[in-house]
Amino acid sequence: MSLDGCGAPQQGVDIQVGANEVVLTGKVRSDGAPVGGAFVRLLDASGEFTAEVVSSAEGDFRFYAAPGAWTIRALHRSGNGQASVNADGPGVHPVEVAVA
Amino acid sequence: MSREDVLVSAAWSEENLTTPGVVFVEVDEDTTAYDGGHIPGAVKIDWKNELQDPVRRDFVDREGFEKLLSAKGIANDDTVILYGGNNNWFAAYAYWYFKLYGHDTVKLLDGGRKKWELDGRPLDKEQVERPATGYQAQEQNLAIRAFRDEVVDAIGNKNLVDVRSPDEFSGKLLAPAHLPQEQAQRAGHIPSAINVPWSKAANEDGTFKSNEELAEIYGEAGFDGSRKTIAYCRIGERSSHTWFALHELLGHEDVKNYDGSWTEYGSLVGVPVELGSGKEG
Repeated sequence: MSLDGCGAPQQGVDIQVGANEVVLTGKVRSDGAPVGGAFVRLLDASGEFTAEVVSSAEGDFRFYAAPGAWTIRALHRSGNGQASVNADGPGVHPVEVAVA
Repeated sequence: MSREDVLVSAAWSEENLTTPGVVFVEVDEDTTAYDGGHIPGAVKIDWKNELQDPVRRDFVDREGFEKLLSAKGIANDDTVILYGGNNNWFAAYAYWYFKLYGHDTVKLLDGGRKKWELDGRPLDKEQVERPATGYQAQEQNLAIRAFRDEVVDAIGNKNLVDVRSPDEFSGKLLAPAHLPQEQAQRAGHIPSAINVPWSKAANEDGTFKSNEELAEIYGEAGFDGSRKTIAYCRIGERSSHTWFALHELLGHEDVKNYDGSWTEYGSLVGVPVELGSGKEG
Protein backbone atom coordinates (compact mmCIF):
# COMPACT_ATOMS: atom_id res chain seq x y z
CA MET A 1 0.00 0.00 0.00
CA SER A 2 1.26 3.43 -0.91
CA LEU A 3 2.11 5.79 1.89
CA ASP A 4 2.43 9.05 0.02
CA GLY A 5 -0.05 8.76 -2.82
CA CYS A 6 -3.73 9.19 -3.32
CA GLY A 7 -4.47 5.95 -5.10
CA ALA A 8 -6.91 3.94 -3.04
CA PRO A 9 -5.65 0.67 -1.63
CA GLN A 10 -6.96 -2.48 -3.25
CA GLN A 11 -10.63 -2.78 -2.39
CA GLY A 12 -11.94 -5.93 -0.79
CA VAL A 13 -8.78 -7.25 0.86
CA ASP A 14 -8.68 -7.91 4.60
CA ILE A 15 -9.41 -4.77 6.54
CA GLN A 16 -7.18 -3.73 9.39
CA VAL A 17 -8.92 -1.13 11.48
CA GLY A 18 -6.99 1.19 13.76
CA ALA A 19 -8.49 1.82 17.20
CA ASN A 20 -9.95 5.17 16.20
CA GLU A 21 -10.71 4.52 12.55
CA VAL A 22 -14.23 4.65 11.17
CA VAL A 23 -14.52 2.30 8.20
CA LEU A 24 -17.52 2.20 5.86
CA THR A 25 -17.48 -0.90 3.68
CA GLY A 26 -19.73 -3.06 1.57
CA LYS A 27 -20.66 -4.14 -1.95
CA VAL A 28 -22.25 -2.64 -5.02
CA ARG A 29 -24.88 -4.97 -6.48
CA SER A 30 -27.23 -5.08 -9.44
CA ASP A 31 -30.11 -7.55 -9.11
CA GLY A 32 -28.12 -9.13 -6.29
CA ALA A 33 -24.98 -9.71 -8.38
CA PRO A 34 -21.77 -7.87 -7.42
CA VAL A 35 -20.84 -4.95 -9.71
CA GLY A 36 -17.13 -4.36 -10.22
CA GLY A 37 -15.73 -1.18 -11.73
CA ALA A 38 -18.43 1.08 -10.28
CA PHE A 39 -17.41 4.59 -9.17
CA VAL A 40 -18.39 4.73 -5.50
CA ARG A 41 -18.72 8.20 -4.02
CA LEU A 42 -18.86 9.08 -0.33
CA LEU A 43 -21.08 12.10 0.39
CA ASP A 44 -21.28 13.78 3.81
CA ALA A 45 -24.44 14.67 5.74
CA SER A 46 -24.92 17.82 3.63
CA GLY A 47 -24.55 15.86 0.39
CA GLU A 48 -21.05 17.21 -0.22
CA PHE A 49 -18.58 14.93 -2.03
CA THR A 50 -15.89 13.53 0.25
CA ALA A 51 -14.14 10.65 -1.53
CA GLU A 52 -14.42 8.18 -4.37
CA VAL A 53 -13.13 4.67 -5.05
CA VAL A 54 -13.69 2.09 -7.77
CA SER A 55 -15.36 -1.13 -6.63
CA SER A 56 -13.31 -4.32 -6.91
CA ALA A 57 -14.22 -7.16 -9.27
CA GLU A 58 -16.36 -8.56 -6.42
CA GLY A 59 -18.11 -5.21 -5.99
CA ASP A 60 -16.32 -4.28 -2.77
CA PHE A 61 -15.61 -0.75 -1.60
CA ARG A 62 -14.26 0.81 1.57
CA PHE A 63 -13.87 4.29 3.03
CA TYR A 64 -11.97 5.59 6.02
CA ALA A 65 -14.25 8.29 7.37
CA ALA A 66 -15.22 10.08 10.57
CA PRO A 67 -18.30 9.44 12.74
CA GLY A 68 -21.47 10.82 11.17
CA ALA A 69 -24.27 10.26 8.67
CA TRP A 70 -23.00 9.39 5.20
CA THR A 71 -24.45 8.68 1.79
CA ILE A 72 -22.73 6.25 -0.55
CA ARG A 73 -23.54 6.75 -4.22
CA ALA A 74 -22.44 4.39 -6.99
CA LEU A 75 -22.16 5.21 -10.70
CA HIS A 76 -21.84 2.52 -13.34
CA ARG A 77 -22.54 2.35 -17.05
CA SER A 78 -25.40 -0.05 -16.18
CA GLY A 79 -26.99 2.46 -13.77
CA ASN A 80 -26.64 4.46 -10.57
CA GLY A 81 -27.82 4.03 -6.97
CA GLN A 82 -27.21 5.14 -3.40
CA ALA A 83 -27.58 4.12 0.25
CA SER A 84 -27.24 5.77 3.66
CA VAL A 85 -25.11 4.67 6.58
CA ASN A 86 -24.88 6.11 10.06
CA ALA A 87 -21.45 5.65 11.64
CA ASP A 88 -21.87 6.31 15.35
CA GLY A 89 -18.26 5.61 16.27
CA PRO A 90 -15.00 3.81 15.41
CA GLY A 91 -15.24 0.38 13.82
CA VAL A 92 -16.47 -1.25 10.64
CA HIS A 93 -19.88 -0.09 9.37
CA PRO A 94 -21.36 -2.30 6.63
CA VAL A 95 -23.50 -0.90 3.79
CA GLU A 96 -24.82 -2.26 0.48
CA VAL A 97 -25.57 -0.19 -2.60
CA ALA A 98 -27.89 -1.35 -5.39
CA VAL A 99 -27.50 0.13 -8.88
CA ALA A 100 -30.13 -0.08 -11.60
CA MET B 1 -7.30 30.90 -23.79
CA SER B 2 -10.50 29.08 -24.57
CA ARG B 3 -11.79 25.89 -23.05
CA GLU B 4 -11.15 24.04 -26.33
CA ASP B 5 -7.43 24.84 -26.04
CA VAL B 6 -7.09 22.91 -22.79
CA LEU B 7 -9.90 20.33 -22.67
CA VAL B 8 -11.15 17.72 -25.13
CA SER B 9 -14.36 15.71 -24.82
CA ALA B 10 -14.56 11.93 -24.75
CA ALA B 11 -16.44 12.06 -28.07
CA TRP B 12 -13.68 14.12 -29.74
CA SER B 13 -11.09 11.76 -28.30
CA GLU B 14 -12.77 8.65 -29.65
CA GLU B 15 -12.80 10.24 -33.11
CA ASN B 16 -9.11 11.13 -32.89
CA LEU B 17 -7.54 7.97 -31.50
CA THR B 18 -5.42 7.48 -34.61
CA THR B 19 -4.94 11.10 -35.66
CA PRO B 20 -1.25 11.69 -36.43
CA GLY B 21 0.41 14.06 -33.97
CA VAL B 22 -2.10 13.28 -31.21
CA VAL B 23 -0.80 11.10 -28.35
CA PHE B 24 -3.04 9.79 -25.59
CA VAL B 25 -1.34 9.29 -22.24
CA GLU B 26 -2.89 7.64 -19.19
CA VAL B 27 -1.41 8.91 -15.93
CA ASP B 28 -2.02 7.27 -12.60
CA GLU B 29 -0.30 6.43 -9.40
CA ASP B 30 -1.61 2.90 -9.64
CA THR B 31 -1.15 1.77 -13.24
CA THR B 32 -3.03 -1.52 -12.84
CA ALA B 33 -6.07 0.25 -14.33
CA TYR B 34 -4.10 0.85 -17.53
CA ASP B 35 -2.91 -2.73 -17.61
CA GLY B 36 -6.49 -3.96 -17.25
CA GLY B 37 -7.65 -1.93 -20.24
CA HIS B 38 -6.72 1.48 -21.65
CA ILE B 39 -7.85 3.84 -24.37
CA PRO B 40 -6.68 2.25 -27.65
CA GLY B 41 -3.19 3.51 -28.54
CA ALA B 42 -2.60 5.30 -25.24
CA VAL B 43 0.78 5.04 -23.51
CA LYS B 44 1.03 5.15 -19.72
CA ILE B 45 3.01 7.26 -17.32
CA ASP B 46 3.43 6.10 -13.76
CA TRP B 47 3.06 9.15 -11.52
CA LYS B 48 5.24 7.79 -8.77
CA ASN B 49 7.88 5.73 -10.54
CA GLU B 50 8.37 7.96 -13.57
CA LEU B 51 7.60 11.55 -12.50
CA GLN B 52 9.14 11.56 -9.00
CA ASP B 53 12.85 11.48 -8.28
CA PRO B 54 13.58 8.12 -6.64
CA VAL B 55 15.88 9.62 -3.99
CA ARG B 56 15.22 13.32 -3.41
CA ARG B 57 11.72 14.54 -2.62
CA ASP B 58 11.29 16.34 -5.94
CA PHE B 59 10.43 15.80 -9.57
CA VAL B 60 12.68 14.15 -12.12
CA ASP B 61 14.98 16.84 -13.50
CA ARG B 62 14.84 18.33 -16.98
CA GLU B 63 17.11 15.69 -18.44
CA GLY B 64 15.08 12.96 -16.79
CA PHE B 65 11.87 14.37 -18.26
CA GLU B 66 13.49 14.47 -21.70
CA LYS B 67 14.53 10.83 -21.38
CA LEU B 68 11.08 9.81 -20.19
CA LEU B 69 9.17 11.53 -23.01
CA SER B 70 11.68 10.37 -25.62
CA ALA B 71 11.25 6.77 -24.48
CA LYS B 72 7.45 7.12 -24.52
CA GLY B 73 7.62 8.27 -28.13
CA ILE B 74 6.30 11.76 -27.45
CA ALA B 75 7.68 14.54 -29.66
CA ASN B 76 7.86 18.25 -28.90
CA ASP B 77 5.20 19.06 -31.49
CA ASP B 78 2.78 16.31 -30.49
CA THR B 79 -0.57 17.23 -28.97
CA VAL B 80 -0.68 15.27 -25.74
CA ILE B 81 -4.10 14.26 -24.39
CA LEU B 82 -3.89 13.28 -20.72
CA TYR B 83 -6.42 11.21 -18.83
CA GLY B 84 -6.54 9.07 -15.73
CA GLY B 85 -8.53 7.77 -12.80
CA ASN B 86 -9.42 9.57 -9.57
CA ASN B 87 -11.34 12.21 -11.55
CA ASN B 88 -8.18 13.09 -13.49
CA TRP B 89 -6.18 14.03 -10.36
CA PHE B 90 -2.93 12.61 -11.62
CA ALA B 91 -3.68 13.57 -15.21
CA ALA B 92 -4.17 17.17 -14.04
CA TYR B 93 -0.93 16.87 -12.10
CA ALA B 94 0.80 15.62 -15.24
CA TYR B 95 -0.77 18.47 -17.24
CA TRP B 96 0.73 20.97 -14.82
CA TYR B 97 4.01 19.05 -14.89
CA PHE B 98 4.13 19.06 -18.73
CA LYS B 99 3.52 22.83 -18.60
CA LEU B 100 6.23 23.16 -15.96
CA TYR B 101 8.73 21.69 -18.44
CA GLY B 102 7.40 23.79 -21.30
CA HIS B 103 5.21 21.40 -23.32
CA ASP B 104 2.63 23.78 -24.81
CA THR B 105 0.21 21.51 -26.61
CA VAL B 106 -1.20 19.44 -23.82
CA LYS B 107 -4.89 18.94 -23.05
CA LEU B 108 -6.99 17.05 -20.55
CA LEU B 109 -9.63 14.54 -21.57
CA ASP B 110 -12.65 16.00 -19.77
CA GLY B 111 -13.90 13.46 -17.22
CA GLY B 112 -10.90 11.17 -17.63
CA ARG B 113 -11.25 7.42 -17.30
CA LYS B 114 -14.50 7.73 -15.39
CA LYS B 115 -16.41 9.54 -18.12
CA TRP B 116 -14.88 7.22 -20.73
CA GLU B 117 -16.02 4.13 -18.82
CA LEU B 118 -19.46 5.50 -17.92
CA ASP B 119 -19.98 6.23 -21.62
CA GLY B 120 -19.06 2.61 -22.39
CA ARG B 121 -16.31 3.68 -24.81
CA PRO B 122 -13.70 1.13 -25.98
CA LEU B 123 -10.73 0.01 -23.89
CA ASP B 124 -8.14 -2.56 -24.93
CA LYS B 125 -5.09 -4.34 -23.55
CA GLU B 126 -2.86 -4.02 -26.62
CA GLN B 127 0.76 -3.27 -25.88
CA VAL B 128 1.48 0.18 -27.26
CA GLU B 129 4.89 0.82 -28.82
CA ARG B 130 5.80 4.23 -30.19
CA PRO B 131 9.15 4.95 -31.86
CA ALA B 132 11.50 6.84 -29.55
CA THR B 133 11.92 10.58 -30.05
CA GLY B 134 14.57 13.13 -29.10
CA TYR B 135 12.40 15.18 -26.76
CA GLN B 136 13.75 18.50 -25.53
CA ALA B 137 12.35 20.09 -22.36
CA GLN B 138 12.64 23.66 -21.09
CA GLU B 139 13.85 24.74 -17.67
CA GLN B 140 11.04 24.54 -15.10
CA ASN B 141 8.59 27.43 -15.37
CA LEU B 142 8.54 28.44 -11.72
CA ALA B 143 5.75 30.94 -12.40
CA ILE B 144 3.37 28.02 -11.80
CA ARG B 145 5.19 26.21 -8.95
CA ALA B 146 5.23 27.46 -5.33
CA PHE B 147 7.74 26.46 -2.64
CA ARG B 148 7.26 26.55 1.12
CA ASP B 149 8.80 29.95 1.93
CA GLU B 150 6.61 31.56 -0.67
CA VAL B 151 3.59 29.92 0.91
CA VAL B 152 4.43 31.20 4.39
CA ASP B 153 4.93 34.70 2.91
CA ALA B 154 1.55 34.47 1.19
CA ILE B 155 -0.39 34.18 4.44
CA GLY B 156 -2.86 37.05 4.57
CA ASN B 157 -1.98 38.58 1.23
CA LYS B 158 -2.47 36.02 -1.55
CA ASN B 159 -5.38 33.71 -2.17
CA LEU B 160 -4.40 30.47 -0.48
CA VAL B 161 -6.82 27.86 -1.79
CA ASP B 162 -6.91 24.67 0.24
CA VAL B 163 -8.65 22.14 -1.99
CA ARG B 164 -8.83 19.25 0.48
CA SER B 165 -12.08 18.01 2.00
CA PRO B 166 -13.60 20.05 4.88
CA ASP B 167 -12.55 17.40 7.41
CA GLU B 168 -8.93 17.56 6.28
CA PHE B 169 -9.07 21.37 6.29
CA SER B 170 -10.47 21.55 9.81
CA GLY B 171 -7.94 19.06 11.13
CA LYS B 172 -10.32 16.12 11.74
CA LEU B 173 -8.61 13.95 9.13
CA LEU B 174 -5.06 13.85 7.76
CA ALA B 175 -5.87 12.21 4.43
CA PRO B 176 -8.83 11.69 2.12
CA ALA B 177 -11.50 9.38 3.49
CA HIS B 178 -10.73 6.49 1.17
CA LEU B 179 -7.15 6.22 2.43
CA PRO B 180 -5.63 5.06 5.69
CA GLN B 181 -4.89 8.04 7.91
CA GLU B 182 -1.19 8.81 7.85
CA GLN B 183 1.15 11.59 6.76
CA ALA B 184 1.90 15.11 8.03
CA GLN B 185 2.89 15.58 11.66
CA ARG B 186 0.12 18.07 12.32
CA ALA B 187 -3.43 18.43 11.04
CA GLY B 188 -5.11 21.68 10.06
CA HIS B 189 -4.58 24.30 7.38
CA ILE B 190 -2.52 27.34 6.48
CA PRO B 191 -3.96 30.46 8.17
CA SER B 192 -6.02 32.69 5.88
CA ALA B 193 -6.61 29.85 3.40
CA ILE B 194 -10.06 29.41 1.96
CA ASN B 195 -11.40 25.86 1.65
CA VAL B 196 -12.78 24.99 -1.76
CA PRO B 197 -12.61 21.22 -2.14
CA TRP B 198 -11.33 20.24 -5.60
CA SER B 199 -14.53 18.27 -6.14
CA LYS B 200 -16.56 21.50 -6.30
CA ALA B 201 -15.00 22.05 -9.71
CA ALA B 202 -16.16 18.69 -11.05
CA ASN B 203 -19.48 17.20 -12.02
CA GLU B 204 -20.43 13.74 -10.79
CA ASP B 205 -19.13 12.16 -14.01
CA GLY B 206 -15.72 13.79 -13.55
CA THR B 207 -16.08 16.52 -16.19
CA PHE B 208 -15.31 20.12 -15.22
CA LYS B 209 -18.16 22.46 -14.41
CA SER B 210 -18.86 25.40 -16.71
CA ASN B 211 -16.80 28.57 -16.35
CA GLU B 212 -19.86 30.41 -15.02
CA GLU B 213 -20.36 27.79 -12.31
CA LEU B 214 -16.65 27.77 -11.45
CA ALA B 215 -16.49 31.56 -11.14
CA GLU B 216 -19.47 31.50 -8.79
CA ILE B 217 -18.04 28.70 -6.62
CA TYR B 218 -14.68 30.40 -6.06
CA GLY B 219 -16.24 33.85 -5.72
CA GLU B 220 -18.65 32.67 -3.04
CA ALA B 221 -15.79 31.07 -1.10
CA GLY B 222 -13.95 34.41 -0.94
CA PHE B 223 -11.53 34.04 -3.84
CA ASP B 224 -10.21 37.51 -4.72
CA GLY B 225 -9.47 37.77 -8.44
CA SER B 226 -7.20 40.79 -7.89
CA ARG B 227 -4.78 38.76 -5.76
CA LYS B 228 -2.13 36.23 -6.69
CA THR B 229 -3.01 32.67 -5.83
CA ILE B 230 -1.42 29.51 -4.45
CA ALA B 231 -3.39 26.24 -4.44
CA TYR B 232 -2.47 23.29 -2.24
CA CYS B 233 -3.84 19.97 -1.02
CA ARG B 234 -2.03 17.02 0.56
CA ILE B 235 0.51 16.01 -2.10
CA GLY B 236 -0.23 18.42 -4.94
CA GLU B 237 -2.42 16.37 -7.26
CA ARG B 238 -5.87 17.54 -6.22
CA SER B 239 -4.51 21.11 -6.22
CA SER B 240 -3.31 20.57 -9.81
CA HIS B 241 -6.96 19.93 -10.65
CA THR B 242 -7.92 23.27 -9.06
CA TRP B 243 -4.88 25.00 -10.60
CA PHE B 244 -6.25 23.82 -13.94
CA ALA B 245 -9.70 25.26 -13.15
CA LEU B 246 -8.35 28.62 -11.96
CA HIS B 247 -5.48 29.12 -14.41
CA GLU B 248 -6.45 27.23 -17.54
CA LEU B 249 -10.25 27.45 -17.51
CA LEU B 250 -10.97 30.73 -15.68
CA GLY B 251 -7.78 32.39 -16.95
CA HIS B 252 -6.49 33.82 -13.66
CA GLU B 253 -2.96 34.81 -14.49
CA ASP B 254 -0.81 34.32 -11.41
CA VAL B 255 -1.75 30.94 -9.98
CA LYS B 256 0.81 28.53 -8.55
CA ASN B 257 0.50 24.96 -7.38
CA TYR B 258 2.25 24.18 -4.08
CA ASP B 259 3.22 20.56 -4.73
CA GLY B 260 4.80 20.19 -1.28
CA SER B 261 1.29 20.80 0.04
CA TRP B 262 0.13 19.71 3.49
CA THR B 263 2.54 16.77 3.77
CA GLU B 264 5.33 19.35 3.77
CA TYR B 265 3.64 22.30 5.45
CA GLY B 266 2.06 20.20 8.20
CA SER B 267 5.51 18.88 9.13
CA LEU B 268 7.37 22.21 9.15
CA VAL B 269 8.69 23.46 12.48
CA GLY B 270 7.60 26.91 13.62
CA VAL B 271 5.02 27.79 10.97
CA PRO B 272 1.50 28.93 11.90
CA VAL B 273 -1.30 26.38 11.65
CA GLU B 274 -5.02 26.98 12.00
CA LEU B 275 -7.68 24.46 13.05
CA GLY B 276 -11.42 24.47 12.51
CA SER B 277 -13.46 25.71 9.60
CA GLY B 278 -11.47 28.96 9.38
CA LYS B 279 -14.69 30.96 9.32
CA GLU B 280 -14.95 31.76 13.04
CA GLY B 281 -12.46 34.60 13.17
